[in-house]
Amino acid sequence: MALDFVAPLATWLAATPLSALIGEVAWIVPAVQSLHILAISVVVAGVFLIDLRLLGAFGESDGIAAYTRRYLPWVWWALAVLLVTGAIMIVSEPVRALRNTTFVVKMVLIVVAVTLTGATQRPLKADPDFWRDHKTRARALALASLTVWVAVIACGRWIAYTQDPGA
Amino acid sequence: MTALWSALERLPWSIAIREGSYLFPTIETVHVLAITLLVGTITIVDLRLLGLTDSGKSLRALSAQILPFTWGSFCVATISGALMFASRATVYAGTAPFQAKMGVLLAAGANMLLFQVILFRDVAQWDRLAPPPRAKLAGALSLGFWIAVVVLGRWTGFVMS
Repeated sequence: MALDFVAPLATWLAATPLSALIGEVAWIVPAVQSLHILAISVVVAGVFLIDLRLLGAFGESDGIAAYTRRYLPWVWWALAVLLVTGAIMIVSEPVRALRNTTFVVKMVLIVVAVTLTGATQRPLKADPDFWRDHKTRARALALASLTVWVAVIACGRWIAYTQDPGA
Repeated sequence: MTALWSALERLPWSIAIREGSYLFPTIETVHVLAITLLVGTITIVDLRLLGLTDSGKSLRALSAQILPFTWGSFCVATISGALMFASRATVYAGTAPFQAKMGVLLAAGANMLLFQVILFRDVAQWDRLAPPPRAKLAGALSLGFWIAVVVLGRWTGFVMS
């Protein structure tokens, strides 16, 4: 299954001079992929530590708001880097990405993951102790966030292995 | 060495990883998850050593919280990496970016060991202060080594595929 309405877009993108340039200069793709992985490292570590704190793994000496203040600005900046490096990879091989079910699933999961992480941060502005007073919801949110972020990374790796044979 | 690598390739699980369709990408996914957690967590400590971040925590408290995850994910990354290596040992062993990655890994490991054995001896004196130059050096080296490991790892995958 591929999203057929994106096929013309993929074909058009593949014909652009930018796509050709990225294809010709051999080191661009692995360099951008490396940057992508480094940015994922920042997201993984930040989300992992915040979610473990939400799950109660680190005790109460530092409040949850201290964790989101410490790590979330890095996570949001890293996501901006991921968007840019991801876009470059799509331009370099549009058909590989856009006509790929795993890629589409990954994009949907990213929206879910970002929403969950945003939902962790939002109530803390008005009340830094919000999650201390809503422990069950905090745990559910943390488990969902960890699961979806891991799924995002797994999908990212599997894009290369689930090419549409007709593409 | 070549005899050892080809013996490794002939082990039953090496054959299974090489010939199955799902085993290699599954192990690779575990490897990516482990390496991102490893690099992300050690970066937190490295930036603190460089004096670029101030979490309000002492260096010892931060390290005690973060480094167990770094070591844990290092173990997972090593095991998953070894399994991928075994599936095509002779090819990996002869690949330049892979050889360079192993060299940088040794350097990163030596730096980490030196950091824990020497640097932490008098940490009590500067635990909450700006880190001394040798701590900054250890942080900068670690950051550089691990970035190089990621780049060389990606490069290895790129030339192997």
